[in-house]
Amino acid sequence: MAKYILKRFLYMVVTVFIIATLTFFLMNLLPGSPFNEERTTNEAVQRNLEAHYHLDEPLIVQYVLYLKSIVTMDFGPSIKQPTETVNSLLSRGFPISAELGVWTVLTALISGVALGVFAALKHNGVIDYIAMTIAVLGISIPNFVLATLLIQQLAVNLGILPAATWSSPQHMILPIVALATGPMAIIARLTRSSMLETLTQDYIKTARAKGLSPFKVIVKHALKNALMPVVTILGTLLAGILTGTFVIEKIFAIPGMGKYFVEGINQRDYPVIMGTTVFYSAFLVFMLFLVDIAYGILDPRIKLHKEGGS
Amino acid sequence: MEKLLDIRDLHVSFTTFGGEVQAVRGVNLELYRGETLAIVGESGCGKSVTANSIMRLIPSPPGKIKEGAILFKGVDMTQLPDKEVRKIRGVDISMIFQDPMTALNPTLTIGDQLTEGLRQHRSISKREANDQAVDMLNLVGIPNPVERLKQYPHEFSGGMRQRIVIAMALICEPELLIADEPTTALDVTIQAQILQLFQKIQKQTRVSIILITHDLGVVAKIADRIAVMYAGKVIETGTRKEIFYTPQHPYTRGLLQSVPRLDQKGEKLIPIDGTPPDLFSPPAGCPFTARCPMAMEVCSKIYPFHSELSQTHEVNCWLQDERAKKFMASTF
Repeated sequence: MAKYILKRFLYMVVTVFIIATLTFFLMNLLPGSPFNEERTTNEAVQRNLEAHYHLDEPLIVQYVLYLKSIVTMDFGPSIKQPTETVNSLLSRGFPISAELGVWTVLTALISGVALGVFAALKHNGVIDYIAMTIAVLGISIPNFVLATLLIQQLAVNLGILPAATWSSPQHMILPIVALATGPMAIIARLTRSSMLETLTQDYIKTARAKGLSPFKVIVKHALKNALMPVVTILGTLLAGILTGTFVIEKIFAIPGMGKYFVEGINQRDYPVIMGTTVFYSAFLVFMLFLVDIAYGILDPRIKLHKEGGS
Repeated sequence: MEKLLDIRDLHVSFTTFGGEVQAVRGVNLELYRGETLAIVGESGCGKSVTANSIMRLIPSPPGKIKEGAILFKGVDMTQLPDKEVRKIRGVDISMIFQDPMTALNPTLTIGDQLTEGLRQHRSISKREANDQAVDMLNLVGIPNPVERLKQYPHEFSGGMRQRIVIAMALICEPELLIADEPTTALDVTIQAQILQLFQKIQKQTRVSIILITHDLGVVAKIADRIAVMYAGKVIETGTRKEIFYTPQHPYTRGLLQSVPRLDQKGEKLIPIDGTPPDLFSPPAGCPFTARCPMAMEVCSKIYPFHSELSQTHEVNCWLQDERAKKFMASTF
């Protein structure tokens, strides 16, 4: 187990390194610079600014400096907001983004699995058709469309829920619903088909032949097996939710990390772009690692440690 | 002898897109305490459906018990509410399924699967349940039972898994054990071991066994009585001796001729030509008519009458009619 974790950790480091490198060079391919503005600055001032942020150095030197900042976990000050460091932006934005993300994942998982299980149990019945209609709609409507629709109907027309910001539980409902609907729909469809398959398995018949209650047969014997495919795609869904937070945070004016990421790109704020990218990718890679471990725990047949001792 | 199970005129159908499949069409069977009854017949003849009906394990829909009664110790299983059926399942009647590789849940430990039935039906502690599980694994011959309880199904071989399935079925000390092709998925040496295990268990617990199989070798070894099924009906029943030495129905004879025998070296096996009838619209007469080497005109029109050759030997065939017998005697 320890060997496996160590190996996976090394892979994670390599992955993040590759992402960071690609981001750095892609960012430099972008036309413009942080100091390209409508008002023209004095040329000497411009040169001084560039020297201050090492932007006058050759690209390779900048790259090395940047790698150093990753290793030391210190991305320096933001160019556009000189009073802030990238680290302070991250530590302010991350808790809010994390809150949005965790609630979204929980909502999507619980409602998706429940919808899928009920649809499978009432296979080809009314509940099944309703659940699958919701699921198809959920998959087809992009979260930014859903978000604006929700704001228009629930916040503007009906005035039930607040339209934006992130200050109370009521404020959280719309962003979470907008972000969770897509993943929920995917989970619901997958749970349904996997549950239908599991229910025909011999061990379900064995469980019924033991005289167990229907609840026990479904939850203890069927659901655990039916959730395997759901766990498998959880990694991909997490990535989707994570990128979804950029858009949703922007639409609902939520002061999370996504806002700094998007603004950083718009303003060519190099340290902010690099810092947020590295942080996001490291976080996602780590989540995928957790999903793999969870898979091994759910299914005893999957050996995380192939060779060597246990 | 006391009758444990009495199936009377059982009809089971499945509704499909193509229409109604009449899988079981009026089965009558009796089972006495402590005996082993084998139900034999080729695939799709309704043996498994009959067995599953006893425990009410027919998936419904599409399946449905349309007519008849299944009296277990005098109580009609077909009329009981689901909750009462669950009290009988696993406690009074247990079932063993064909494929031990898929009959166990891959994500739960053996110990968990062995004890959950016990804990559902009897109010006992986890420790007591575990102790009983260990005893049971000892009975079915699994070494190191205490450690084995913590393992998962994939850590066992096929034969070992079937032993576990048997232990699971027997843990609540049922009076009736239904084994649906328990040796089909195993290789021959393991088959013999499992059959020996059945005999040993029956000696120790006096459990009645219904054995469903298409393997006549298995039947010859452990069955007391045999019921031959064809196209959803029981066509011949008798003791093991009666069926193997004086089979009356041409189908039973055909089955026996299609099995290789050690004492008839070099002789060709005689298969039964053709296939069983379509159960969407079963024929009015004897369903075996089309494949029967001795079919007469009446066979295809009217279902043969029921005749009792001895107290135990019963058959449904027109050849039992006096006129047919006279004709056969005069021509052959």
